[in-house]
Amino acid sequence: MQKRLIYICYLLCYVLLMSACDKSSDKPAIGVLLPVNFPEPVYNLAANPVSWDGFQLGKSLFYDPILSKDNSVSCGSCHIATSAFTQHGHTVSHGINDQLGKRNSLSLVNLAWGKDFFWDGGVHNFDLVAFNPIQNPVEMDETVANVIVKLQQISAYKQQFKAAFGSEEITTQTFTKALSQFMLCMVSANSKYDQYVRKENNITLTTDELDGLALVKAKCSNCHATDLFTDGSFRNNGLSSSFEKDMGRYNVTLMPEDMGKFKVPTLRNLTYSTPYMHDGRFTTLEQVLNHYSSGVKATATLDSTLLNNGTTGIALSDGEKQHIIAFLKTLDDESFIRDKRFQEE
Amino acid sequence: MKNIQHTLLVILCATFIFSCKKSSDSPATGTGKVSLEFDNRAGDAELVFGTTYTTAAGEQISFTKFNYYISNVVFIKADGSSYVVPKDSCYYLVQHDVEESRGPLVSNIPAGDYTAIQFVLGVDSAKCAAPVEQRTGVLDPAGEGQDMYWSWNSGYIFLKTEGTSAQSTMENTFMYHIGGFGGTTSATINNIKTIKLIAPEDPIMVRTNRQPDIHMYVDAMKLFNGTTNISVATDPMVMFAPYSTTIANNYQHMFSINHVHND
Ligand code: HEC
Ligand code: HEC
Ligand SMILES: [Cu+2]
Repeated sequence: MQKRLIYICYLLCYVLLMSACDKSSDKPAIGVLLPVNFPEPVYNLAANPVSWDGFQLGKSLFYDPILSKDNSVSCGSCHIATSAFTQHGHTVSHGINDQLGKRNSLSLVNLAWGKDFFWDGGVHNFDLVAFNPIQNPVEMDETVANVIVKLQQISAYKQQFKAAFGSEEITTQTFTKALSQFMLCMVSANSKYDQYVRKENNITLTTDELDGLALVKAKCSNCHATDLFTDGSFRNNGLSSSFEKDMGRYNVTLMPEDMGKFKVPTLRNLTYSTPYMHDGRFTTLEQVLNHYSSGVKATATLDSTLLNNGTTGIALSDGEKQHIIAFLKTLDDESFIRDKRFQEE
Repeated sequence: MKNIQHTLLVILCATFIFSCKKSSDSPATGTGKVSLEFDNRAGDAELVFGTTYTTAAGEQISFTKFNYYISNVVFIKADGSSYVVPKDSCYYLVQHDVEESRGPLVSNIPAGDYTAIQFVLGVDSAKCAAPVEQRTGVLDPAGEGQDMYWSWNSGYIFLKTEGTSAQSTMENTFMYHIGGFGGTTSATINNIKTIKLIAPEDPIMVRTNRQPDIHMYVDAMKLFNGTTNISVATDPMVMFAPYSTTIANNYQHMFSINHVHND
């Protein structure tokens, strides 16, 4: 009975949102899916209601290299749909003029639930994220002001802005909100695990996967919390013994206790988003688990959950590692990765 | 019918009380405008880009940029009562090389005699974390405010000055980009400075038929010369770093009201 209720609630949520977002019937449904197994979103969806035209405009912008200085790099160059919106094959990002950044690109997923953005949380307002890559000299090396000037000269864009926001005039607000509408819709919540917890389609987990789930709950959920598999906090998980290369959260707060801390990333879609960690140092989940069991380095800011009676890391047998990996693979959301609505046309 | 009479009586009374109160408070009625004149200076002379000045640290500097945000302006009377300029019109960006920006006009100030003003040098923390639809005009990070916004560590630059110096160890240039609003989720450096200035002689007489001009001197050299003398040889570039608080502590003293024009 209860499971049926939850399912109905979930459906209702979906239907309501879809219908609220899209009033005219000739346009396909689009909206920010709010899965019942997720917490409340952080983004104020009411202040930027998603429409089909807004979504399409955001998508055009996301895949348009006009957003970079020499029209060579688009957001989609570093956030590839089939790689869970990361930059496949690069440990650190690869931007304009073949310049390398210092960080691995983050998966763009479930962004309406994000509190702070980027590995160091430097941006705390989702609508302002685009300023960072666009104005970064090694990413797109452009200014948002100039992007708006360039867009204003293209009549197709003027029409798209009019359709989405009622005015041909392109402003900081409409430009950023269009990009937000596109990215906010990238909700991944249809993995095997999601269907299992929502009791949909009679999906069950194997005993190995269930054991992995219990292990992740016990040993990882301090940081990789809730069904978002992140609590959005900044932690040092013991990757480095010194931080000259990247001080992480410290750059933003200048507080010694934040030295070497990075935002806890989600554990969803790991099969597609390799390599892992802020510097892309690991390419396999085995490497990640070996890090947690035997590679954790003690420094002043190492998270206390990774320090027990003088020993660092999380004790894991080989069998346990295999079960955790089996479980992590149930978080792969193939339907999200293959969703044509998000892919470049 | 009785009801209507009653209502009328109440309205009459209210009008009476209201008008009485107004006229007894101050002889001036209505609202007026005031212009805030930010007269940027270097010591006792007008600030001129390209001119060489000597700092307390004995270094020769010349400026190429001198911009700052002024916000949250308050007009204060002798009895301590005050008028707070509403949030939707209290943000100004002063740019030394843009003449109009150095004399913003404030409207709708209730008439009266004000003896002091207060303002924030910078942008208050609520605005620094505000949604994009509230970032218009001088606060538009892709518009008038584009030179005064950090995109990687989202926030406004409160004061930005750049220039050249033979003593600088950074290709003969210096750059001070000072910001920091205290952070949203964790406390970070806070360089928001609230500044109160007393009108030296005449009060600021706001009337419907007058437009007083508060002529402030803003001594750019105070950024270098203060509690800690700043050296362009040792610190040619300061942005989001702990030392920025030392610079902000110096420059908060650069403002004074030299005189008020009431005619
Ligand atoms: C040159 C590669 C590159 C380009 C181009 C690029 N990004 Fe990114 N993106 C990255 C990297 C690398 C990160 C992580 C960087 C960091 O944390 O410092 C990132 C992080 C993000 C995040 C933060 C996600 C989170 O969970 O915190 C968002 C949102 C984002 N990018 C959106 C965009 C948009 C929108 C564009 C186009 C305007 C864009 N990116 C263009 C490489 C790129
Ligand atoms: C103390 C908090 C904490 C705990 C406990 C923790 N993690 Fe992490 N995890 C992090 C942080 C922080 C990062 C990012 C670190 C970085 O890149 O600097 C991370 C990164 C990862 C990544 C890479 C994801 C990506 O997209 O790059 C994986 C996979 C991962 N953790 C799995 C696990 C598993 C499995 C466990 C339990 C065995 C676990 N973590 C326990 C904090 C934690
Ligand atoms: Cu004067």
